[in-house]
Amino acid sequence: MNADRFAIHDLLAEYGALLDMAQYNEWLGLFAAECRYNVVPRENFEQGLPVGLIFCDSRAMLEDRVMALREANKYNIHNDRHVIGVPRLLGADGLAVEAPFAIYQTDQEGATHLFATGLYRDRLERGAGGLKIRDKLVLLDTFAVPTLLATPL
Amino acid sequence: MMVTDKIWPALDYSRVPYRLYHDAAIYEREQQRIFQGPVWNYLGLDAEIPNPGDFRATSVGETPVVFNRDDNGAVRAFVNRCAHRGALVRRELSGNAREHICIYHQWCYGLDGRLNAIPFRRGIRGKGGLDPSFDIGAHGLRPLRVGAVGSAIFGTLAEDAEPLEDFLGTPITAQLKRLFARPVKVLGYNRQRIRANWKLYAENTRDNYHASLLHEFLVTFGLDRSTQKGGVTMDGRHRHNITWAEADSDSDDFARETYANARVRNDFLSLQEPDLVAFRRERDDNLNLVVTSVFPSSVFVQISNSLAVRQIRPRGVDEFEVFQTMLGYADDPPEMTRHRLRQANLVGPAGLVSMEDGEAIEIVHRATKPDPDRSSVIELGGAGVISDRDYRVTDVPLRGFWSYYAELLSIEPPGAVR
Repeated sequence: MNADRFAIHDLLAEYGALLDMAQYNEWLGLFAAECRYNVVPRENFEQGLPVGLIFCDSRAMLEDRVMALREANKYNIHNDRHVIGVPRLLGADGLAVEAPFAIYQTDQEGATHLFATGLYRDRLERGAGGLKIRDKLVLLDTFAVPTLLATPL
Repeated sequence: MMVTDKIWPALDYSRVPYRLYHDAAIYEREQQRIFQGPVWNYLGLDAEIPNPGDFRATSVGETPVVFNRDDNGAVRAFVNRCAHRGALVRRELSGNAREHICIYHQWCYGLDGRLNAIPFRRGIRGKGGLDPSFDIGAHGLRPLRVGAVGSAIFGTLAEDAEPLEDFLGTPITAQLKRLFARPVKVLGYNRQRIRANWKLYAENTRDNYHASLLHEFLVTFGLDRSTQKGGVTMDGRHRHNITWAEADSDSDDFARETYANARVRNDFLSLQEPDLVAFRRERDDNLNLVVTSVFPSSVFVQISNSLAVRQIRPRGVDEFEVFQTMLGYADDPPEMTRHRLRQANLVGPAGLVSMEDGEAIEIVHRATKPDPDRSSVIELGGAGVISDRDYRVTDVPLRGFWSYYAELLSIEPPGAVR
């Protein structure tokens, strides 16, 4: 259990760092072969409404997202900084994890604003390559999205 | 500076002074003359308030509005402001209630908007309270006139507004009836805060020219390109617009050749999950893109099989919210709902074919602010007369928007086109 706890801390640290370095392919490597990644506004979640801002119910869709970001989409030029809180382990197997996050965006002139805050709800799996993310729900408190949402949360 | 009909450099609205996006006095006048003027504003959907007592809060311009279903099943809408001190009466965004009670002094309104009860109206032990001459019947919530096309509920604050379908005109009414031909269900909402003037968004949804150039995903992944058969169709007054395109109406070779000249990549890529862009025909036409902009601030959108209504909510001269309601049909089988949820990736603040709008609009707002007397250029598809086009490289409907805008603000110059 303690080994897992350290591994979960490492996974979350790696998750934030790879996104902040814009290493999106390496970030994809943190997900399991079969995975889901959904960003859901809190107002939808609370009303039981299914639609998300980003809805990838397969690894193929998540990889398509990353390819589109690289090949087609244009967005505000900025750097992200993920501040991920202490994870809360749920469930008997210790593979259900919640962690609060805040993401700050900094523009080219060094001005920073809080872009988003919310809660990660992850289902992890143990494999040969260590812990991987099988299902990630990004529950978005800041669902009045400032400007646009391009780089993953 | 008082803005007059002298502000326009051209009588065909092919030049729009930057001042109109930045002047606080103009913004205030818009609230009065446009949003509270003789237009119909989208409020919400019939399906959002199925039962008596169901209510939702929304806004018309910056005016807070609540709409509900009354005990007779009728939809009613009111300015969400207490007649007493002007507080918001309904603070929650949605819910079900028998009455609307202001928390400040507990003034209590019925689902018909009437003021039903005032605490301590006669005072206590005969002292205090309201004078017996106070007319409780004259202090209800201020009503909006309400109308609907299909499931879409509209409201107007102007007593002299023309009937809803006359306001919309024949092609727009028909398009909304097409979208709402079957009962809809709400799949969810998304919201976006853009730090720019609201009219830049109203222009953006009427601008066919930008779509495949700004939103490269459309072309790169073969979802929509300007080489397809398409065009713009307006109402008789040219205040509203339908931007439309037909699926499978061009060839890859022709598109490749055309986009090579536009500095847009033309080595079309494919997705691992092609369902994201696959159009499933569900009507007896082949339209796979229909963006219907209703003056001033409502947009009804079909992109492939994703369906949505957008409401532009101004929040000051420098900011607005885009509030988008994602739709499916009530009788969609689960597989079709899943398809729509997947295609919801295309639109909204993180939309693969829409995220760029937030950035494009903000950089226009930022760069135009210091030079209010200079103007933008609107001449794609030709200047002069405002009329429909059966091609896509055009921004003529923007001039239609400005023409009606000028009329409502009483800054329409003599001899201007309409």
